[in-house]
Amino acid sequence: MSLFGFSLNRRRPKTAQTARDRLQLLLAHERGQGSGTPDYLPQLQNDLIAVIRKYIDVADDEVDIRMERDDDVSSLEINIDLPSAEEKAEKPAKKR
Amino acid sequence: MTTQLKDEAPLGRIVVITSGKGGVGKTTSAAAISAGLAQQGYKTVVIDFDVGLRNLDMIMGCERRVVFDFINVIQGDARLKQALIKDKRLDTLFILPTSQTRDKDALTQEGVEAVLNELKEEFDYIICDSPAGIERGAQLAMYFADEAVVVTNPEVSSVRDSDRVLGLLSSKTQRAEKGDSDPVKARVLLTRHDQGRIDRGEMMTVDDVLEILAVPLLGIIPESQAVLRASNVGTPVILDEPSSAQTAYKDAVSRLLGDDIEMRIESERKPGLFQRLFGRSA
Repeated sequence: MSLFGFSLNRRRPKTAQTARDRLQLLLAHERGQGSGTPDYLPQLQNDLIAVIRKYIDVADDEVDIRMERDDDVSSLEINIDLPSAEEKAEKPAKKR
Repeated sequence: MTTQLKDEAPLGRIVVITSGKGGVGKTTSAAAISAGLAQQGYKTVVIDFDVGLRNLDMIMGCERRVVFDFINVIQGDARLKQALIKDKRLDTLFILPTSQTRDKDALTQEGVEAVLNELKEEFDYIICDSPAGIERGAQLAMYFADEAVVVTNPEVSSVRDSDRVLGLLSSKTQRAEKGDSDPVKARVLLTRHDQGRIDRGEMMTVDDVLEILAVPLLGIIPESQAVLRASNVGTPVILDEPSSAQTAYKDAVSRLLGDDIEMRIESERKPGLFQRLFGRSA
């Protein structure tokens, strides 16, 4: 509410603004990517496993894909558990 | 409430949050109840069954962390562990989001059963947030339930739809079909309760609704500004700032856990002149 032209609730964080920001960010992602972002991830994971298998012997569940979306940056994190020491380990264990 | 560590085998109890009618507060209640159970130290997962209209992720505030979903797991495109999102506020709380791009036909009874069985191995409470309606998604959300929370507004169409859903719970569920087990334990959660309007004779009373539906009451959630506020910021009501709705949800969670708590109706306090002039925090 306002009295004498200034808001009496200035100290309260504006949650409506938070709601608006969250929705805008989310919908921009969902609309922009046609059928939606996450749908290609399972296929991406399968393709990655296939490529990695050409060089290293890894099991299906040793590859983990996570995505984090933020205001400016989206990051795709791919973790590959490489087989232990005796099998000559290849270089990058974690790629970002 | 502190989080206690529990060493025993998980309870593996499946609770469906359902209503028939849309917009009565199923997702709000599913988020609040699962957070409340997790807060009490029970390892809890909340599953969104509303395929194609994903919203639980926004109410829980994890919409930016969704990679894989329930449908990916059912179809074998991802492992359950990959799709579960760990809550950032409570380490006993997990969210299993649904797909935003598929439709309800992607849910199969076998697939849902397999996922629920896997979750039962690890979780005390599995909360199924049902879609509105009584079609496939809603039917599968309730099919494997041990308990049901029927979210109802004191309003004619909501009460009528709740009655229909109660009928389905006692006929179209695994417990009903098996016949040898106890029926699904169904209770009503009355939401958007407004004592002022009841006093003015504009709204059905709690007793009116209970008499019609003839099932026990889990709780009365007052109409509260805290609900919209909490959804704006993506925090379950129970974890947000103190409010009458928060107290009521906490009581409902205790009753779900078997505590005998007196039913109290704390209406939203109208701020007095003094409070309005000098600002208030909730």
